[in-house]
Amino acid sequence: MTIMLERGTRQGAPGTLPRLLAGGRRLGEHRATYGQIPLRRFAGEDGRRTLIRAITDAGLRGRGGAGFPTGRKMTSVAAGAKRPVVIANGCESEPASRKDKMLMACAPHLVMDGAVLAAHAVGADRVYLCVERGTSIADRLERELAQRDDPVKWKLVRVPRRYVSSEESALVHLINDGDGRPMAAPPRPYEKGVAGRPTLVDNVETLAHVALIAAYGPGWFREVGTRSDPGSTLVTVGGAVARPNVYEIAPGMRLGEVLDAAGGAVEPIGAVLVGGYFGTWVPMPDGWGLPLTHDRTGPQGTSLGGGGIIALPAESCGLAETARVVRYLAEESAQQCGPCMFGLPAIATDLAAVAYGRCDPATRQRLSRRIAQVTGRGACRHPDAATKLATSALTTFADDLMTHMDGWTCTGVSRDPILPLPDRRHRDRSWK
Amino acid sequence: MSAPNPEGLRLQVDMIKCVGHASCFELLPERVSLDEWGYPIIETDPLPSGLVSHARRAVAACPTLALRVDGKVARKR
Repeated sequence: MTIMLERGTRQGAPGTLPRLLAGGRRLGEHRATYGQIPLRRFAGEDGRRTLIRAITDAGLRGRGGAGFPTGRKMTSVAAGAKRPVVIANGCESEPASRKDKMLMACAPHLVMDGAVLAAHAVGADRVYLCVERGTSIADRLERELAQRDDPVKWKLVRVPRRYVSSEESALVHLINDGDGRPMAAPPRPYEKGVAGRPTLVDNVETLAHVALIAAYGPGWFREVGTRSDPGSTLVTVGGAVARPNVYEIAPGMRLGEVLDAAGGAVEPIGAVLVGGYFGTWVPMPDGWGLPLTHDRTGPQGTSLGGGGIIALPAESCGLAETARVVRYLAEESAQQCGPCMFGLPAIATDLAAVAYGRCDPATRQRLSRRIAQVTGRGACRHPDAATKLATSALTTFADDLMTHMDGWTCTGVSRDPILPLPDRRHRDRSWK
Repeated sequence: MSAPNPEGLRLQVDMIKCVGHASCFELLPERVSLDEWGYPIIETDPLPSGLVSHARRAVAACPTLALRVDGKVARKR
């Protein structure tokens, strides 16, 4: 069920995997595989409604992390009083994920076709394609855009390399005011976004699926995946596996099967982080059979989220790894909301104390209190991601926690970190 | 405490605007507590009828206009 998504991997008829990368990078190759954008089939007001109904019937859910039904979002945006706008979100600021970068490198025109169709569906005439600045992706996409002749106005937006700048209200803020920090809700972008217009913000993989659904129909889309999470989905598998890479899987596949598809473990695995840095730790081998979808499953409500999956060796220290990432998330706060600005560094410091053996019961209690206090109080979900990760680590590595608190030396803390973080030189200071 | 107000009005805060003056905590301790950094933790269930006018007074007193009373649900807390 899984095929590695590498350049040149092209396989036959749509209906088997891979679906997203069958066509090639260049416009000519892409058209030869997928044909023209089926805009004529969805012409006029009735056509728009038919297209949105197809997306809704297909059961497509957002691939950016939240897993919200795309058809429902399109319906809301299309119902607005003003002419809507589309944002194709290809920022992927998540260090544990690179599936969007891979998709934009290997199948840029599928993403662009999907964005054009989404714009048509909601009645938009303008598409903002948002990608991280300072990478070669933006320039390459600009060249590909220049070859196209679409009935929409394209604008490529280079977004500051900050973790929270890929959040949808931050993208709207950047386009409107040149400031890439999240904004307070309401209103949400689907009500009032770019220039006060209803704005459809969709992840680039979501849009690629939109193009496929328009071409092959909802029935075809549902041939793989589960009832509530149909279609294929991209995941980034990393950590202690033989072939870390981006894979296209069908939701419902078991966690162990996904690791096996990535070549299997190269050393005993203690736990797997599922859903990137807004995800949860799944203990292994207990979690081997956990079905991965965008629905919450398992005792901690694990979900695929943005598709980042990292296998942590049993020899590594999950608490130290988590402390390091929570520190990074604290540094990536936009410093706008008090609980995030002060709470996350405090939580990161407490977690480090836990990880490095300076934790007494009072610190442990304070940590739990702080996690509970900070959760849900930011304008965006950034603090919730950090506290969810911290909570999950304290649950999954509860035995390690006791060992640390008893003052035993943990050999794992001195191992090289497994969870990837961006180099400091590649992190923007500015929000402009 | 009286029954919830019929319009479903809730006290809510814009955390970006809030800088922690804590006047809401002074004026409406029934619905507002403070975290250890001095920022308000606000109970956002619909206000009891008897507290609506007090809540509006707290809204008017907020120096950064971060507080509001309305029926829309932005966040759980």
